[in-house]
Amino acid sequence: MADAPGHIPNVSLAERAWRIRRNAVRMGEVQGQGYIAQALGVADVLAVSYFHALTYRPHEPEWEGRDRFLLSIGHYAIALYSALIEAGVLPDDELETYGGDDSRLPMSGMAAYTPGMEITGGSLGHGLGIAVGMALGLKRKQSKSFVYNLFSDGELDEGSTWEAAMAAGSYRLDNLIGIVDVNNMQADGPSTQVMNFEPLVPKFEAFGWHVQRVNGNDIAALVAAFDTARHSTVAKPRIVICDTKMAKGVPFLEERERNHFLRVEPEEWARALAVLDEGRPA
Amino acid sequence: MRRSKYLRPAHLENAGAGGVRLKTSAMIASIAGPDQRTKPAPFGHALVELAKTRPDIVGVTADLSKYTDLHVFAKAYPDRFYQMGMAEQVMISTAAGLAREGFTPFATTYAVFASRRAYDFIFMAIAEENLDVKIVCALPGLTTGYGPSHQATEDIAIFRGMPNLTIVDPCDAHEIEQAVPAIAAHKGPVYMRLLRGNVPLVLDEYGYSFELGKAKIIRGGNDVLIVSSGLMTMRALEAAKRLEADSIDVAVLHVPTIKPLDVETIRRECAKTGRMVIVAENHSIVGGLGEAVAAELMRSGIHPPAFRQIALPDAFLDAGALPTLHDRYGISTDAMTTSIKGWM
Repeated sequence: MADAPGHIPNVSLAERAWRIRRNAVRMGEVQGQGYIAQALGVADVLAVSYFHALTYRPHEPEWEGRDRFLLSIGHYAIALYSALIEAGVLPDDELETYGGDDSRLPMSGMAAYTPGMEITGGSLGHGLGIAVGMALGLKRKQSKSFVYNLFSDGELDEGSTWEAAMAAGSYRLDNLIGIVDVNNMQADGPSTQVMNFEPLVPKFEAFGWHVQRVNGNDIAALVAAFDTARHSTVAKPRIVICDTKMAKGVPFLEERERNHFLRVEPEEWARALAVLDEGRPA
Repeated sequence: MRRSKYLRPAHLENAGAGGVRLKTSAMIASIAGPDQRTKPAPFGHALVELAKTRPDIVGVTADLSKYTDLHVFAKAYPDRFYQMGMAEQVMISTAAGLAREGFTPFATTYAVFASRRAYDFIFMAIAEENLDVKIVCALPGLTTGYGPSHQATEDIAIFRGMPNLTIVDPCDAHEIEQAVPAIAAHKGPVYMRLLRGNVPLVLDEYGYSFELGKAKIIRGGNDVLIVSSGLMTMRALEAAKRLEADSIDVAVLHVPTIKPLDVETIRRECAKTGRMVIVAENHSIVGGLGEAVAAELMRSGIHPPAFRQIALPDAFLDAGALPTLHDRYGISTDAMTTSIKGWM
């Protein structure tokens, strides 16, 4: 299949996640900065999304029959670009343009810049509401496509997220799959200390959602959760709450003082790549 | 300055006070004068008519369909109507999502809520993407006596800085009916100020037709040029008739599209020699049509013999009866006529 997801066939999900992490570290090195800890943390979620769950055509990113994947968290663009490169939506050689002038890969994700980027994120708390509108629109068109919205635990502070959560429950949007990356870190510190959004499972249940909470760095658990979200017949929007570890896969960064914007010294990028390569899945 | 809340109303303190006391009109009351011709819900009916040939049109509201005349559309096309509850942010985001899927949403609420509450969502989810969402908002400027919570005196000032957004301020029912298909045909986001309920019918008598982006001379005159938008154009036309008795010859240039501004027509009319230019708007004196026209004249080196503004003060306005408030803040026909005479 010339246009099947992923430009390299027969690769395990664990290897996809590893390759996504590698892309992210290489982009981080280009700029000497970036939301690398988030990208490493969410890589498994993106691997399962793009190489197990989503239907799409890499060379036709606006194909009407695709599942829509919205990145509400604009600063996670480095992570999504890494996945889109691995999926063959973006060419590998553009990786080195990340965050540069005239690049199609700006630091914060925008729909007008990047093939495969469905919405402009960054002003947080927007994605879930747009997803509600798209899910309603897809139902109007009798489409079988799903809308996925990847958002962060920090976005749970935004009132607009809960407006959208209530609307999705009220309209029983069973074609909407929310994915929350709970890495428990936002700009001012640990998310639950900045504003305690727990307990999340009963909150979303009370808003009328089908809720699953999994280890977001456990690929088998993610596959099972995404399968349930896609194949369940309950007339409810679905949410997969993913508890992830910041900087996952690069132990010396995992252990660094936890910070929203992880500090990485110039010489550490090569070291991070080397550490990743040592841990390449068999 | 507002009177202290610890003082009783003055008329209760005056022995033997009586006479007629105006009441705060209901939120949904018409702005029409007692002897004005009107049409009911022109926006709702025009949208229903347009939707017959435009299956992409859908309606979205935040618990204000009845108060924005969208209920007419909701009744005609229940499956094309989305009630989002009293939640303006998700209403706008939903409209953005529907537009992304190829639909043309008309999203309605009050002007205060769209401008003050949903701004970032309109800016990022709609305007930045140049999506086809038409935001149609009731209670523009001073059209309710409920006080600042409902008086959108600065909505145009808020929205003028938003790239890609077209801003329309129609005058009457005739213009609203024509503006609905015009803004639907326009590619990109539009903010339209809406008069709802029984809306005055004025411009049909002048053989006027709405064109998006065009300012038009409604009547000629040699002494004064009133440049106006929205309901102030009907006030300007009434004032112009009254001023005939004082031999003051008033021209009225109606500017229903605030952005992009028809600078060519404005420059041409303001450059005609000898006429005082008065900009009249149902909006704060800050950031509206008046400042837009003044800046354009300065940029183009056009200097009329005098430049005046009839606009709402830069203040939180009072609650009360609408006719009282329009007199108090200078936008009634009486107040406008008096101001113009004083400037001559």
